[in-house]
Amino acid sequence: MEYVIEMKNIRKEFPGIVANDNITLQLQKGEIHALLGENGAGKSTLMNVLFGLYQPEKGEIYVRGNKVNITDPNIANELGIGMVHQHFMLVEKFSVTENIILGNEPTKKGQVNLKEAEKEVEAISKQYGLAVDPTAKIEDISVGMQQRVEILKTLYRGADILIFDEPTAVLTPQEIKELIVIMKKLISEGKSIILITHKLKEIMEVCDRCTVIRRGVGIGTVDVSETNPDDLASMMVGREVNFSVEKQPSDPKGNILEVQSLVVEDSRHVPAVNGLNISVKSGEIVGIAGVDGNGQSELIEAITGLRKTKSGNVMLKGKDITNWKPRRVTESGLGHIPQDRHKHGLVLDFSIGENMVLQTYYKRPFSRNGILNFTTIVNKAKSLIKEFDVRTPSESTPARALSGGNQQKAIIAREIDRSPNLLIAAQPTRGLDVGAIEFIHSKLIEERDKGKAVLLISFELDEIMNVSDRIAVIYEGKIVAVVKPEETTEQELGLLMAGGKRKKAGETS
Amino acid sequence: MSILRGKWSAISVPLLSVALGLFVGGIIMLVSGYNPFVAYAALFNGIFSNTYVLGETIRQMTPLILSGLAVAFAFRTGLFNIGVEGQLLVGWLASVYVGLQFEGLSPFVHIPLAILAAGVAGAIWAFVPGLLKAKYHVHEVITTIMMNYVALHVVNAIIRTYLLAPGERTEEIHQSASLQSAFLESITDFSRLHYGIVFAIIGAIIMWFLLWKTSTGYELRAVGFNKYASEYAGINVRRNIILSMVVSGAFAGAAGAMEGLGTYGYMTVMPDFTGVGFDGIAVSLLGANSALGVVLAAALFGGLKIGALNMQSVAQVPTQLVEIVIAMIIFFVASSYLIHWISNRVNKRGKI
Repeated sequence: MEYVIEMKNIRKEFPGIVANDNITLQLQKGEIHALLGENGAGKSTLMNVLFGLYQPEKGEIYVRGNKVNITDPNIANELGIGMVHQHFMLVEKFSVTENIILGNEPTKKGQVNLKEAEKEVEAISKQYGLAVDPTAKIEDISVGMQQRVEILKTLYRGADILIFDEPTAVLTPQEIKELIVIMKKLISEGKSIILITHKLKEIMEVCDRCTVIRRGVGIGTVDVSETNPDDLASMMVGREVNFSVEKQPSDPKGNILEVQSLVVEDSRHVPAVNGLNISVKSGEIVGIAGVDGNGQSELIEAITGLRKTKSGNVMLKGKDITNWKPRRVTESGLGHIPQDRHKHGLVLDFSIGENMVLQTYYKRPFSRNGILNFTTIVNKAKSLIKEFDVRTPSESTPARALSGGNQQKAIIAREIDRSPNLLIAAQPTRGLDVGAIEFIHSKLIEERDKGKAVLLISFELDEIMNVSDRIAVIYEGKIVAVVKPEETTEQELGLLMAGGKRKKAGETS
Repeated sequence: MSILRGKWSAISVPLLSVALGLFVGGIIMLVSGYNPFVAYAALFNGIFSNTYVLGETIRQMTPLILSGLAVAFAFRTGLFNIGVEGQLLVGWLASVYVGLQFEGLSPFVHIPLAILAAGVAGAIWAFVPGLLKAKYHVHEVITTIMMNYVALHVVNAIIRTYLLAPGERTEEIHQSASLQSAFLESITDFSRLHYGIVFAIIGAIIMWFLLWKTSTGYELRAVGFNKYASEYAGINVRRNIILSMVVSGAFAGAAGAMEGLGTYGYMTVMPDFTGVGFDGIAVSLLGANSALGVVLAAALFGGLKIGALNMQSVAQVPTQLVEIVIAMIIFFVASSYLIHWISNRVNKRGKI
């Protein structure tokens, strides 16, 4: 069997750590090959070695059977290797075509020949079924489309080996389906794909083979047809992973959160939340299912006091907290795990210890007469780090230095520790690996079992189905259906999320 | 390279920059036909050879410490205060005004009162850009620069209209408000050394304590790093932006008081900016925006400026060359931050 790419026994060291140790990856022509590993396992390092950003200490790389020495990304490009980055590298104000030709502009008499390029982009887009408008501005198109522009960029440069770095992390369920179709089309046109991911479902769905790395060490390569998610997960984590979230049936009591005919405008003064009603009882987890951009962010911001409401009421434990300031809302018993942990959840340049008291630093015992008490802050941080298994060298490490999963654990520790009556968890497991997801789900259920109310917002249907006691579907700023997870299917939810009506009669409020 | 990263970088980068700055300065002297060894020997002697120049160096560094603290404080909280010069001028005038208007007070009341007035004046001057930034998102760099010109001309107009004495200046302040000290002058061979240095050091301690030990400092730093997370945590972002500018302006105003109550004892009609406020930006940068770093950087700059006078008289090297050396030091500090920034970015991309 000839491989288009063969990385043999790669070893890459950084001061103090071995990022890759004896990893072998063999990509066959025309296959989709998964590279699976937890956050921080060394997937990106390995790909950066392949892409010429790092030089390995040991090991050899063969491309189409020839030994190569990839010393910079240009060589990788010349070898036909293209990377679709997780964080897009696009100029917002430029058109699709302008972005694609950037750095490689076709010229005619010294001027950029945009017309010619547009035709070419259009042709490639057609060939692979990407349906991208070459003249559209990046800022006007959806995230899914932007990703296709990134794919087009590599194809335009003649890549036939494509690396996808966690491509589904930013996509909605619909977009994920479309991406899978595109990936299969690419393969049928003779391309080969490496898919970096930690989502087992995707691997089972599209990949031919899967190479697993754990803590920088190559664990092995398996045929996807001969394995199952449980085996993959234990290969990745190094222990058995429990997928089915274990929980007792809920025992809901009185209403903790009540939202009545809420209207909230977004930054463009368009009503994003439009007459929304929802309630969350003590001892239950309510999951809000919906496609991104249907008012979820505005709803959370309105409840937590970060955004002014237009009309309607938000009641917390019977108290009207509509348009209260964030601190007053927080103090009246609300915990909030924000959607964007880097933007809202953490001050990345603060230490983990300082971040642990982000909501309480001004109160006793952390602060007295305006003077911070570092002894109590450090002690609190230490105990939370231990209790929530936050992997950090110490409490004085900057939050920036932690992996995404550990940053998220720190936020969850901080919010749960205040023992709020209502916990809002927005995309709490976004971008995390199965081990961390398992932990976070169990913590949410633990809170529920203590009689707290949990409002979960997620774009992952699996998560909504597994964790929630009730599911509220949001569409265009309204709750269009409330269902029980055991009485519905992903298909039905998908339909409701897209604005479809429920077929069988069910609850509507 | 490893010494230029991590926890030692705050010390190693400025030291290396100073060495490189002196080195490049030496090359420029060579090219211009001066002997750099003779010139640097004269410079060094001009800082340390006798108590007079030592006294002058400390006098020179006093307002530099406070203007450096002003820039550093704003910077720590995410703001760029280019208006230290203007805040310093209004502070100078306020201190002299209080020094002139009150009579018969004890120095223990009069001096703090005059410094306080200077701080309040600087704070008010900085409040305006702070308010504009917090409420209308007007960039503070633009407004603080403009406020410098307003300060220069308003201060001159006030002196000309209300406080003019012969010689395009105000009267001398009352002795009870003066920081000048016959004792300090006598032990430094009649330099102009005054008690201001004590207040400058107190200023550095206040900045350190406020930023790192108080909940207010926690809020200010949080807002500086990430205003979205601060908002999420219920911190009033607008209030903290204004507070940061006000505290920064107070330091700048106090720097003016050092000139008004210490070095001069009066204020002249200003033909141009003093430059002390702008030097504060360089001091803050070289001092890595830390209180101790600012004190050390101010000492270096103060020393270089005083030493330059000796360099000119002994080695006939124009004082402007020291300005070039200072500029080169800042250039290297700034470019080493650039190198850091690049190496950090590369590291981040390759994060395992």
